[in-house]
Amino acid sequence: MTARIGVVTFPGSLDDRDTQRAIKLAGAEPVALWHKDKDLKQVDAVVLPGGFSYGDYLRAGAISRFSPVMETVIEQAKSGMPVLGICNGFQILTEAHLLPGAMLGNNHLHFICRDQKLRVENADTAWTSDYEAGQEIHIPLKNMDGRYVADERTLDMLEAEGRVAFRYVVGGAAADGYGNPNGSLRDIAGITNEAGNVVGLMPHPEHAVEPLIGTGRTDGLPFFTSILKKLVNA
Amino acid sequence: MARVVVDVMLKPEILDPQGQAVQRALPRLGFEGVSDVRQGKRFELEVDGPVDDAALTRIRELAESFLANTVIEDFTVKVEDEKVEAGK
Repeated sequence: MTARIGVVTFPGSLDDRDTQRAIKLAGAEPVALWHKDKDLKQVDAVVLPGGFSYGDYLRAGAISRFSPVMETVIEQAKSGMPVLGICNGFQILTEAHLLPGAMLGNNHLHFICRDQKLRVENADTAWTSDYEAGQEIHIPLKNMDGRYVADERTLDMLEAEGRVAFRYVVGGAAADGYGNPNGSLRDIAGITNEAGNVVGLMPHPEHAVEPLIGTGRTDGLPFFTSILKKLVNA
Repeated sequence: MARVVVDVMLKPEILDPQGQAVQRALPRLGFEGVSDVRQGKRFELEVDGPVDDAALTRIRELAESFLANTVIEDFTVKVEDEKVEAGK
């Protein structure tokens, strides 16, 4: 039996199908979850996919955080279930206080869509073990509210504890995917919780899992093979 | 029925690019002398029944947990006694 990984669809989710596909390509079983479900159908892990859940009408992720499915996700995440939040999913995780800080509108006020270079800073989380620390990867980024902020104390704590999981690679021309795309403090692209089971990031690994599409690379696939390995070996 | 107003503003130390964009437009429109603009949100809640201490406490909880994200935003809650006619 292989690992069952749930993907939550909220009204306004866009990347739920791509995420299910990435999970399948990695060799795990994707399980569709609905925002009104309190029951997680006995999945071993959950991905909160990208999109504009509930239209982002109040703040990105703020309304979804109170959806019935999140009650269970929050409870299970606190007791160790692996949860990955991509883009809107990352915003939901900060609104739910499963990850510290908050996400705000991009500093240039524009929607941005490009291939982005990232550095994997922490390869010890449930979702990053198939990477190596320091490795640079190239995956798509598309967002309106991607500016990560937290107070200085929180930022220092994240750095000291190795909880900055991904950073934007700065240097070179912005058009090459180098540079900070949204004004995120300390070039933070993704973070993890203290236990390493909850990870959030703005760029989209699920769009870089097949050589034919997206960046033409499969740099996003290790997210899904990492979690599969962890769950199968657990 | 009473109206309770919740004003939400980004904390002073948080960059507000929307406010800055508005501020930069002002000289073009002939408004000089405005050195800073910050943009916030205003929620007007029409509340059934009296706005007593218990109701206000509940609204403050609502503001703190939902209407504002206190990681990045400050908020104020005030009861509006009479309808103010705006823009006249």
